Amino acid sequence: MSVDGMSELSFDLSIAFGDFSLAVAERLPLQGITALFGPSGCGKSTLLRILAGLERRAVGHIMLAGETWQDGEISIPTYRRGIGYVFQDARLFPHLDVASNLRYAEKRSQGMSSAIHFDQVVVALDLGDLLRRSAPSLSGGERQRVAIGRTLLTRPRLLLMDEPLASLDFKRKGEILPYIERLPDAFGVPIIYVTHDIEEVARLADRMIVLQNGRVVVTGDVESVLARLDLPGGNEQFEAGAALTAHVLRHDPHYRLSQLDLHGQTIMVPQIDAAIGSSLRLRIRARDVAIATERPSAISVRNILSVHILEIMATLDSPHADILLDIGGSTLRARITRQSVDELQLAPGHAVFAVVKSVSFNAPGFGARQLP
Amino acid sequence: MTLPDLDPLWLTLRLAGLVTLILLIVGTPLAWWLATTRWRIKSVAEAITALPLVLPPTVLGFYFLVFLSPNSTLGGLWFSATGTTLTFSFVGLVFCSVIYSLPFTVQPLQATFETLGRGFWETAATLRASPLDAFLTVISPLAARGYLTAIVLTFAHTIGEFGVVLMVGGNIPGQTKVISIAIYEHVETIRYAEAHLLSAGLLAFSFLVLLFVYVMNRRFPIHVG
Repeated sequence: MSVDGMSELSFDLSIAFGDFSLAVAERLPLQGITALFGPSGCGKSTLLRILAGLERRAVGHIMLAGETWQDGEISIPTYRRGIGYVFQDARLFPHLDVASNLRYAEKRSQGMSSAIHFDQVVVALDLGDLLRRSAPSLSGGERQRVAIGRTLLTRPRLLLMDEPLASLDFKRKGEILPYIERLPDAFGVPIIYVTHDIEEVARLADRMIVLQNGRVVVTGDVESVLARLDLPGGNEQFEAGAALTAHVLRHDPHYRLSQLDLHGQTIMVPQIDAAIGSSLRLRIRARDVAIATERPSAISVRNILSVHILEIMATLDSPHADILLDIGGSTLRARITRQSVDELQLAPGHAVFAVVKSVSFNAPGFGARQLP
Repeated sequence: MTLPDLDPLWLTLRLAGLVTLILLIVGTPLAWWLATTRWRIKSVAEAITALPLVLPPTVLGFYFLVFLSPNSTLGGLWFSATGTTLTFSFVGLVFCSVIYSLPFTVQPLQATFETLGRGFWETAATLRASPLDAFLTVISPLAARGYLTAIVLTFAHTIGEFGVVLMVGGNIPGQTKVISIAIYEHVETIRYAEAHLLSAGLLAFSFLVLLFVYVMNRRFPIHVG
């Protein structure tokens, strides 16, 4: 983060309607993906709308790369801010076909200095076969891909995405995620990404802001925020777990596995299409991690990691205990019963083994995002 | 039976065409404002806009007479500038008809804009379209059906105007003698054949206009979302 604010977004904003109020102040570097995360009604979409200039009643200031967007009486209108906005419901213009929707944005951003070109966007988002189709005839997933492409063609300085996957089913989400993942590297546009889905955060984001009741609970890089024990966990809203960065060591075509390096230890995952040495974001849910005091030998689980206990958090009203584990400086999280904690006599500082039953990861790799 | 004088017909069409054009220009921003404002005075503005629907034309005509006569401020200004009066003139008739037919332009447009919502408007703004640009390239095409309804209803309603014209315009051939006045005159002078011809023509025209609007509404529903 630079001192002069030339490469950051800073804001200090508040808004109130009814019995809801929002008050947030943050400084964010203009790179990669920042997730705005929280339960519905926490104000994350409202904050995004304020940044876009769509909520006139907001007070405070917004600065992007040294340029004032809002301050006191000053409010740059949305169409002059140079933001791109992807709405949850795509909002393609129904009276135009796909190509005309894309051209609508392109025509109005012609003077902008940007390396984003029509053909490049069409290739990156696989829109070639859709260009002649009418907007209402597209499926939900196609519509969202076109909306993302159209937004890119405004050649934005900042891309705001408001739960772009929320209206899609699980399969369609999986189809769109890889496209979103590649955007910052492929097009050099920083993204603020609103979601209530922690899996999306773990997979996509570099850093995250957790909002609750219109206030910031915590801000930081995704791996360290996810490792914290004091977040609104336990409920369905926030499936506890950890995000870790691993590197591809080698592929085993015979067993169709890939071997990853995680701070000097080995993790096996189903074979992935990523180059040796490229990095990969792993997400390991707390309930998928068991703890053993000795290295289990006769066991089908392949991923057994040597770790140290950092912290144990348990309350008497829950059968479970959350345990933070240190693995070479990164943090892993396990959820086991309080009874197991007592029987195994676990305590901070102990060296134990984490038995990892399941790992999810992004593909084809965070550091090596390539067009297909 | 002689063929009735067709001058009133051309005068009526000229009046209705001009009034429709003016109302599209004036009514669009008014309807947009009514559809999007959150001000409390919105209800007051809506009530005023709807007044011509409920007031007897004679009430409107009476006030137009009062405010347009050369003795009034507005009528006086017009008289000193042009040397003609607003009352009993074509220009005065246009002025009155614009107010008389205002709700028939504003209400369909307002309803269409409200149905469209702010979504596409906001979307256009995020695609670097200025408000005017967004209105011309996104809102107007999506509101096409509302515009069609507004144009047809305004045009037809102006053609059917009688009470206001009689009070403010009188019966001056080529100036204010529109088709409804001509029918009235034919009846008064017991020339029923001419009255029949003009009346039946107006009846058929009105029916065709309404049929057109309803058929268009059925056949070209606007896809939104």
